[in-house]
Amino acid sequence: MTTQARRIAPQFGSAAQQDEAATLGLWIFLATELLFFGPLFFGYLYGRTHFPAAFAIASRHTDVVLGTLNTAILLTSSLAMAIAVAAREAAENGSAARADEDRDDNARRDMPEDSAATRVAMAALAGTAGLGMAFLAVKGIEYAHEWQAHLFPGAGFAMTGPQGHGVQYLFFLYFAMTALHAVHLAIGIAAVAALAIALYRKKVRFASARHIRLAGLYWHFVDVVWIFLYPILYLVGRSGA
Amino acid sequence: MAPAQIEASGTATSEAANYLTEGYTLTSWLTTHDHKRIALLYLVSITAFFFIGGAAATLIRLELATPQGDLVSHDTYNKLFTAHGVIMVWMFLIPSIPSALGNFLMPMMIGARDLAFPRLNLVSWYIYVLGGLFTLMALVLGGVDTGWTFYTPFSTMFSNTHVILVLVGVFILGFSSILTGLNFIVTVHTMRAPGMGWFRLPLFVWANYATSIILVLATPVLAMTLLLIALERLFGVGIFDPALGGDPVLFQHLFWFYSHPAVYIMVLPAMGVVSEIVPCFARKRVFGYRFMAYAILGIAVIGFMVWGHHMFVSSQSIYAGLVFSLLSFLVAIPSAIKVFNWTATLYKGSITFAAPMLYALGFIGLFTVGGLTGLFLASLAIDVHLSDTYFVVSHFHYIMVGGAVMAYLGGIHFWWPKISGRLYPEMWGRIAALIIFIGFNLTFFPQYLLGYAGMPRRYHTYPPEFQLLNVLSSAGASILAVGYLLPLAYLGWSLFYGKRAGANPWQATGLEWQTASPPPKENFLQTPLVTADAYAYDPQTGTQVPQ
Repeated sequence: MTTQARRIAPQFGSAAQQDEAATLGLWIFLATELLFFGPLFFGYLYGRTHFPAAFAIASRHTDVVLGTLNTAILLTSSLAMAIAVAAREAAENGSAARADEDRDDNARRDMPEDSAATRVAMAALAGTAGLGMAFLAVKGIEYAHEWQAHLFPGAGFAMTGPQGHGVQYLFFLYFAMTALHAVHLAIGIAAVAALAIALYRKKVRFASARHIRLAGLYWHFVDVVWIFLYPILYLVGRSGA
Repeated sequence: MAPAQIEASGTATSEAANYLTEGYTLTSWLTTHDHKRIALLYLVSITAFFFIGGAAATLIRLELATPQGDLVSHDTYNKLFTAHGVIMVWMFLIPSIPSALGNFLMPMMIGARDLAFPRLNLVSWYIYVLGGLFTLMALVLGGVDTGWTFYTPFSTMFSNTHVILVLVGVFILGFSSILTGLNFIVTVHTMRAPGMGWFRLPLFVWANYATSIILVLATPVLAMTLLLIALERLFGVGIFDPALGGDPVLFQHLFWFYSHPAVYIMVLPAMGVVSEIVPCFARKRVFGYRFMAYAILGIAVIGFMVWGHHMFVSSQSIYAGLVFSLLSFLVAIPSAIKVFNWTATLYKGSITFAAPMLYALGFIGLFTVGGLTGLFLASLAIDVHLSDTYFVVSHFHYIMVGGAVMAYLGGIHFWWPKISGRLYPEMWGRIAALIIFIGFNLTFFPQYLLGYAGMPRRYHTYPPEFQLLNVLSSAGASILAVGYLLPLAYLGWSLFYGKRAGANPWQATGLEWQTASPPPKENFLQTPLVTADAYAYDPQTGTQVPQ
């Protein structure tokens, strides 16, 4: 029996229905997002099959150390996000159980933020946002290096010769894909930070377990995109002769 | 609930508060979260864009009345057909049935109070209007000469018109589609009334559900592709320019990955409308309901895998061409299932030729012609001859105008009593349907002959021997224009002077007919309990069992 002190929108019959709709809505949004990245992955497929040698050269010019560091940072942030969701759910369930006992709807609003679980959730959210910002900082350093090395596509591109076009093609995709990823990450950081601040200010209704769960779903999606970007941009062709 | 009870409660509330009487101010409309009001916002805006797009078509047909380029210059002509295409595809056809009729009907047909995300629904309309006005300004004040297809390298390197502005406008419009699609999918999954199982859903709901899946999966691909064109045009970096290692054919793949499924975005909801109208006016259960539902899904899925048939002559590999040709033939199978099932529904039905039925029958005939000529174009060898000729123009107008617009108008007539609470004048409705059918065929059938004889599309002059057929086509267009203006007049008239409709003037089975006309704000005074399958009509007695 759900007794969360939250308003159900008039079009829904129950909180469970509203939860289901919100979650499904976010999954469909993520499907759209995936297809939004689609043309870039398709363009990658085209380039990789048409000039594999150039792609091998190009990936050796990416910064694999910083790229790997960023992969580690992002995976850790996803762990923190998962902890935040679990902790916030535990806090909400605990407060719901206590509120059921004294049947006081208003009391519930003030309860969760005192619990240890809520503090864990808040810290984990802050950690998630912080790691996200660390990722962007490392990415910025990488971009600066590449800009100085004239690896940004366009006039004055560092590499010419027979493989020049292919290398430039990959670097265009590198910048387009990582920048699009970074934009998504920045939005995620804003959302997660807003939830952390809301918890800090005890606005538990905004920072509900449901909202944190949805933010988490988005965060993991952005993470998974990176899991694909990392090997196709940094690792391809490095092992070859 | 028994039908008698429903009738009683329906008449009781029709005089009382309904969604139209909720508020009379402009603000009450522009800030509404009611799906029915948002549907009307869409209806008004798409109608405006339809007539603007139609004005461009009028100028095109006037120019083509003579072989010489005597009305407009070739540059203006290029801008006209681009404007016509962009407006009709993205500002009329894509949103027409889903965003206007679908918005109104989807929640009611499944017995819900609203869509799952009403605020998002309103946001989607604002995005649509913003994108639409932005695009329209760019098209009218500046103009673009690339055609609605924006092919590279012309769009990226050579065109000196306002390509970027139009790309931005279409990009914005795309998000409106995505949000509507998302809303519909979630609504169908989570908001169905008790007893409304998946295989009790009206086929209109199935069709819009499948359309929504295409909208959310195909539209983002177009968005990114347009963004890549803009980048290439602005900064000279990208993946379509061979000088940068790219390939213009890559653009065509990405563009048609959206734009072929977009055809199904236009025609699937039209099929949904026809599947509601035909059983009601034949007083007969739709033939092969499950096959109809699966055919809708089949068209949506296979429709994603046929895009390469637009590139048979674009240096695409011949093996890819063979596969795409085969897949294009396969998509004809579920389409044919639908046509045969509508026909079988008519068999031994008790048919009345009301205006919606005339539109629906017109759809079946014209869609069949458009579909069969599609098979000509899906054949590798014949396509070499017919590519980029008027045969193609005629083929897709049979699907989009003869198909989608006919069904759209049929749907508007069918649900007009529900939307407005008034009956339209039946005789005028039938006359308009006939005028449109005749005008349409006179406009576009000659174009098949022109294309087969080799007249290429997108030229503002042509050899004198093509004049007779072109004059016939232009004459047909003027008849068509009359046909389109008529409903605007008599539907507008009926808003004030039409007879009161009552809850269920067609004796139809859907849930939307079991509430008052116009419906109350929350659609149903109590949540309906669905106890019957869709389309429980009896041709012998003409009676029906409501859902």
